[in-house]
This record gives sequence, C-alpha cells and structure tokens, in this order.
Amino acid sequence: MNPLARLLEAALFASARPIPVDELAALDPEASPAAIQSALDELRVQYDTNGHGVELIEVGGGWQILTRAEYTEAIERAQLAARPHRLSGASLETLAIIAYRQPIGRAEIEEIRGVGVGSVLKSLVERGLIDVVGRAEGIGRPLLYGTTPIFLEQFALRHLEELPRADELAIALRSASPPPEVTVPSA
Amino acid sequence: MDIDLLIAPAPLGVDFDAPAIVPRQLDQPADPSSPFVIELSQFSGPLDLLLSLIRDEQVDIYDIPIARIAEQFLARIHFMQLDQAADYLEMAARLLRIKAQMLLPRNELDDAWEDPRAELVRRLLEYQQMREVVDLLERLGEDRRGRFARAYIPQQVSPPAAPLALSLSELLSAIDRVLRVSREPAIHDVIARPLDVDGAIATVRSVLEFRATARWRDVCPESAAPWQVLSALLALLELARRGELRLAQLGPFASVLISRESASQAA
Repeated sequence: MNPLARLLEAALFASARPIPVDELAALDPEASPAAIQSALDELRVQYDTNGHGVELIEVGGGWQILTRAEYTEAIERAQLAARPHRLSGASLETLAIIAYRQPIGRAEIEEIRGVGVGSVLKSLVERGLIDVVGRAEGIGRPLLYGTTPIFLEQFALRHLEELPRADELAIALRSASPPPEVTVPSA
Repeated sequence: MDIDLLIAPAPLGVDFDAPAIVPRQLDQPADPSSPFVIELSQFSGPLDLLLSLIRDEQVDIYDIPIARIAEQFLARIHFMQLDQAADYLEMAARLLRIKAQMLLPRNELDDAWEDPRAELVRRLLEYQQMREVVDLLERLGEDRRGRFARAYIPQQVSPPAAPLALSLSELLSAIDRVLRVSREPAIHDVIARPLDVDGAIATVRSVLEFRATARWRDVCPESAAPWQVLSALLALLELARRGELRLAQLGPFASVLISRESASQAA
C-alpha cells in the first residue's frame, strides 16, 4: 500500500466521525486531490478484496471505516457496541418529507402528514438529524428545517442527490398524476 | 388487535347518523382514566388510515366512493377510540364535506365543475409517495445500523481547576456586586399569635387529676384552632420535661397515650 493510503487509513481509524475529503487532503499538503482519491480507492479495494472485517465507505461528503454487517450480531452479543435505536414511523415520515422538501416549515410537513409534528421535530433536532436552516417570509416568519450531515451518515448516503428524484418514485406527484376523472360519483 | 377482522363490510348508503356499525356503545363512555390511549403502531395518521381503507376496499384512488370510505373511516376511528384525536376528526369532517359536495346537483356539461375529491386525491398521492421514501430510508437506515463505526471517546484534556486564589478585597467587592444586582428582598411582617401554654398546662393537669391516663383528644378538642393545638402540644412536652407525665405511642400514627408519672401521682 502506498504511504498516502497508510496515512489516510491511520487518520480514518483515529476518527469517530466520517472525515470530509478536504480534511483528509490537509493531512498531506503535498498530495493532489487525485492522489487522495486514488489512495482512498486503493484502501477501499484493499478492505474489500483482502478479507477484512471492516470496510471503507463514502458517506455524507466524507469517508468512514465501518465494521462489516455480518459481524454486527457477534459484536452486539459481546456488548462491545450497541446499535442505535431505530427511528419511529412518525420520525421517518417527517424525515422523508424534510429530505425532499427542504427547507420546509412545520405547517407544510403537517399538511403532508395530516398530523401534528411538533414533538417529532424536536426529537429529530435533538438527535441531530435535522436543524433549523432559516426562517420563511410571511406571517410569524416560521422556522424552516433541513437535514444535517448526521442524517447522511445515519442513512449511509453520500449526498442528498443519492436519494431517488421525486419523479423517479413509483407515484410521481402533481405533474404526472392524471386529473381525477369527472364521472358520476359512485356514492 | 386485528382491526380488519372486526370491521364488517358496510352496506352502501348507510346514514351517517346511525351508529349501527359502531362497535362501542355510544352511551358507554371511554375509560376515563385513559382517554388518550391511542394505538399508533398501526396507523401513523389519518391519511395512512384512509390509504389502508382504500387498499382494503380495492377502490380506485382517482374515483373514491366517498360515502363508503367516509363511513368506514368514522367507524374505524370510533372503534380505535381515535375519535378524540383532532387530526382524525379533522379528516372525518373533511370527508363528510366532500360527500356533501358530491351530492349537490350539477350540470353534467358544466366544464367549470371541479371534483371535490381532487384535493384529497392529491394529498393521498403525496402521502403515498412520502411512504415510499420512508420505506427506502428504513432500508438504508437498517443497513447502516448494522455496521459500527469506531467508538472513539476523546480524552478529557482540560486540566483540573487551579486552587482558588482570592484576596479579601476581591471577595468583598464580589459580594458588593451581588448585593447591588440582587433585588430588594420581600419583607414579610409576621404577626405572632400568642400561645396559651400555661392555660393548656392547666387543662392537662385537670384532666390527669381524675384519670391516670388520657389521650390527645382529651386535652385538645377536635375543633381546636391551630394556636390551641400548638399550646396543647407544647404543654404536653413541657409537662413531660418536668416529669409530671409520660408520653407513649404504641405504633406509627397511633394516638398518643398520656399517662400520669407515678412520682407526681404520689405528690
């Protein structure tokens, strides 16, 4: 393995958070972005092909070493680490809306979900998955919410664009939906 | 609880005012101790419930038989005791309004007529699309949850606080600052109510003159004012201190037994 790849490996091992590419680049001022990228690729291939218990993944604009999924149970049984709690359905729904419509205010989220989301928003902010990103114009200048890098990290997304576009989803909205047929109602 | 088994397919054209399909009796109030126990594991909101009804009934989302769906919606929220939840009630009201609009006579050739269900259909589709994203996020999150990152705990690097070095003048000026910013303390005038311990002592003595033992109620009437209760209590303690009587309590919260001290009995 080339020295740069070894340096990056050491840094990734030492960090609890994904390391953004520019921070990785700062480890060696001499290295070009292309060299950093090829060192990361080399490291990833190393982990993938030479039989390692960990893997290197790109997440939320950075890189992170994670254990492989097949060892989760053994690690958890030995109580060396615990999986984070699963998000509730209400939290996931709210998160899904924010991920696609950000920046978005509470009233709009409630309009889509059909229920109040005050406490859900609070707990999502506490978990660091969303944050206030601004205020809307208009009455009361309501807070606007957006997703955070922790959101990307917890869903192993490189960036938001990795989510399917709204028009790629099975039920495309607004534009593609045929207008309701004007028929005699069956009621 | 399996809801689906308990909801009978409702006949068409049932009047909404008739509570015939409501499983819970109307005159039977919900359990008052738990009026807001809501089983949320099944539905995450009124739109979710509505979509599940539409799926169960296998009706076209663009041509919802609004009367039938509205009626089942009402039955289900009532059955699940969700009819106290504003979100579900709001949807129920909306469905009934749409139903009423559908019943209004209209000219079939009128181009300006807009299906009153259109807004609901749009919201349902939007919600359904969001559910699709939820499924995706659930998959991704579950996948990520199954892999651990390094659990690195940063060392505490801040040194312990140095011992406090403070001169007297610094301390005094700090106190001065605190006193200056602290608000004027509220001063209450406490009016002392005179206790009549001597009078109570006389009462206790007179009771014990005739009886070797007495109880609390014998020396302090039930209707006694607080100052009388306190006087009696102090009198008992005072007499016990002087050795004129003995106080005993046979168990926790049992009434206090007052007995004449044998020495004073002899006197």
